[in-house]
Amino acid sequence: MQSYIDEAEKAISNPVLQTALANLQERLGKGAAAAYRNLPEGPGLRLKAHDIRMQAINSLDVLLETLAERVEKNGGEVIFADDAAAAVSACREIARKHGVRAVVKGKSMVSDEIGLNDALSADGIEVTETDLGEYIIQLAAEHPSHIIAPAIHKTRDEIGTLFTEKLGISYTNDPPTLTREARKSLREKFLAADMGITGCNLACSETGHIALLSNEGNIRMSTTLPRVHVAIMGMERVAATLSDHDILLRLLARGAAGQKMAGYVSHISGPRQPGHADGPDHYYLIILDNGRSRILADERFREILCCIRCGGCLNVCPVYAKIGGHAYGATYCGPVGAVVTPLLSGVGRFSHLCQGETLCGACKDACPVNIDIPRMLLELRSMLADGDASWQVRRNSLLEKAGWMIWSWMMQDRRRYEIGVKLMKRIFP
Amino acid sequence: MQQTAATHCRPVLVFPERPVTLFVQCLADSLYPDVKKAVEKIFDRLGIDVICPKDQTCCGQPAFNAGYRKEAGKTAARFIEIFGNAETIVCPSGSCVNMVRHHYPLLFKNDPKYHAKAVDLGRRIFELTEFLVDVLTVTDLGAAFSGRVTYHDSCHLLRGLSVRTQPRRLIQNVKGVVLVEMKDSDRCCGFGGSFFLKYPDISRAMAADKVRNIVDSGADVVVGCDMGCLMRIQKQLIRIGSDIKTLHIAQLLTMAG
Ligand code: SF4
Repeated sequence: MQSYIDEAEKAISNPVLQTALANLQERLGKGAAAAYRNLPEGPGLRLKAHDIRMQAINSLDVLLETLAERVEKNGGEVIFADDAAAAVSACREIARKHGVRAVVKGKSMVSDEIGLNDALSADGIEVTETDLGEYIIQLAAEHPSHIIAPAIHKTRDEIGTLFTEKLGISYTNDPPTLTREARKSLREKFLAADMGITGCNLACSETGHIALLSNEGNIRMSTTLPRVHVAIMGMERVAATLSDHDILLRLLARGAAGQKMAGYVSHISGPRQPGHADGPDHYYLIILDNGRSRILADERFREILCCIRCGGCLNVCPVYAKIGGHAYGATYCGPVGAVVTPLLSGVGRFSHLCQGETLCGACKDACPVNIDIPRMLLELRSMLADGDASWQVRRNSLLEKAGWMIWSWMMQDRRRYEIGVKLMKRIFP
Repeated sequence: MQQTAATHCRPVLVFPERPVTLFVQCLADSLYPDVKKAVEKIFDRLGIDVICPKDQTCCGQPAFNAGYRKEAGKTAARFIEIFGNAETIVCPSGSCVNMVRHHYPLLFKNDPKYHAKAVDLGRRIFELTEFLVDVLTVTDLGAAFSGRVTYHDSCHLLRGLSVRTQPRRLIQNVKGVVLVEMKDSDRCCGFGGSFFLKYPDISRAMAADKVRNIVDSGADVVVGCDMGCLMRIQKQLIRIGSDIKTLHIAQLLTMAG
């Protein structure tokens, strides 16, 4: 996959993108560090959160079963989807059953992972992203380049031109005006939609509810206005108890944006009950595997399932800051993507992702749940070096292997080592 | 040993300690012999004998970081053979110490012969500034250098070994030095071992950011504790035609006015 290198180069030579990425890191990356320092429990809460997540991952089967029972008791329906195709067809089936013609969506990386929008559009359903960043990306027919700030790669001039073209407004690059225009056009979509689709920031097994965080209020509208609400979650996104859930949400908001809490938090436990003022008539929770069980089964990588997708690691990664999100060529980018994308979509195919990093460790320090990403990058590299049958990974390069064998042979003897040094001095004078 | 005001004096005679064994780090050993000499000079001044095993080569880190664990393991086993009996090992590179202390136990986790030795070795190997400040409680080596110095935090030294203040204290006590902090001193310089060879464009872009911060700090010299980083930074400084110099901390600490 040469594209990692090519796309990286493109990003590096784009000064506007470089400034945007630098500003993002300056604001969000440093904001998160400050927010951890100011935690009432102290920054050590991240370590506790790691334990909470690890315990949840280790008892995932039980937690998910309880979660499903509670959701069903509340009148919702739970669907376990083994892979992307199963999740997509479940969504299509729900849409067909309820005669859905228009969908509004809250921001969801999982829906991007399974390619949901295209599938629904192919069925003649109008799908509208309602998170401002996602909306821009959708209008431009692109992919997100950041987990939380999907349109970070777009300049306001580009957005102005895009809105002129797609929404027929007169050109402006004034962010408040552009936001107003987007809001106006989205409001109509909200009112006309039959179905809302969202992700799930974190579910709680004890209570059977899911939590959704946003700063634009769009999620609340997507989950309450349409008749049907479908939430899709990766199967790892569950906390055991309400108090665990609380700790994790507080850390999530800090890791993502240095906030104490997001502007809007929705707790959703099922469809509208008698006496409720609003809410959908039907509520579905799709729990997606799509390669996660395989990660769960491997001790080396299980830890990555602790991830709550806050995007915090992207906001401090010096490599991400240079190459942006598109170079990773997949839904999940940045340090978390460098681990999770190869595991979900092919270690061999995405070999550049785990090799094109410096192991500096900034991601681990920025992670609200203290995930040891560099450790797993090293594990992936070792899979590529010698192949790994359990993941169907073939040795990356025989030539490279031979090179390191020679290197090792030279290091076994001081005289050979000195000859090597002389050679090296010739190559790098 | 308690940190006292007395350690700020020249501590030459204070430590009739047992000898330390020096692991030079292959980069310093091969490409930057001045660093090795400077480390030896530091211990000479402190009155501590230095043993430098003649047949040492590398700790195995380059292969380990590239994923080649068999090759790294062979080199690491040899390292353990050579340094296993040393009482105290000191190395002028944080990332090598991080390798031995944190990665050797992992590398030998299924090897009963070496695992215990690896864990044990991890407790006896120290990065230079960590050893000087935390073990010997020396913060002033009586060096002198007049100029503005900025310090680059190497990733593995800072995040792997939690060494942040030690080098700064040593630098601040060099007579005539003004320590100026650069922006984001703890941000990776873009070296990353073979990363720098495999992804030269990304590495260069990262180094360019680092060097911009160094230049903006107004420093005359950038000091670090790892030749890998300093090599990357130096390359970029030369590229932009800057006359800012790079120095390993051992070199700074042996300068005499
Ligand atoms: S790895 Fe940690 S910092 Fe990165 S997205 Fe996941 S939870 Fe956030």
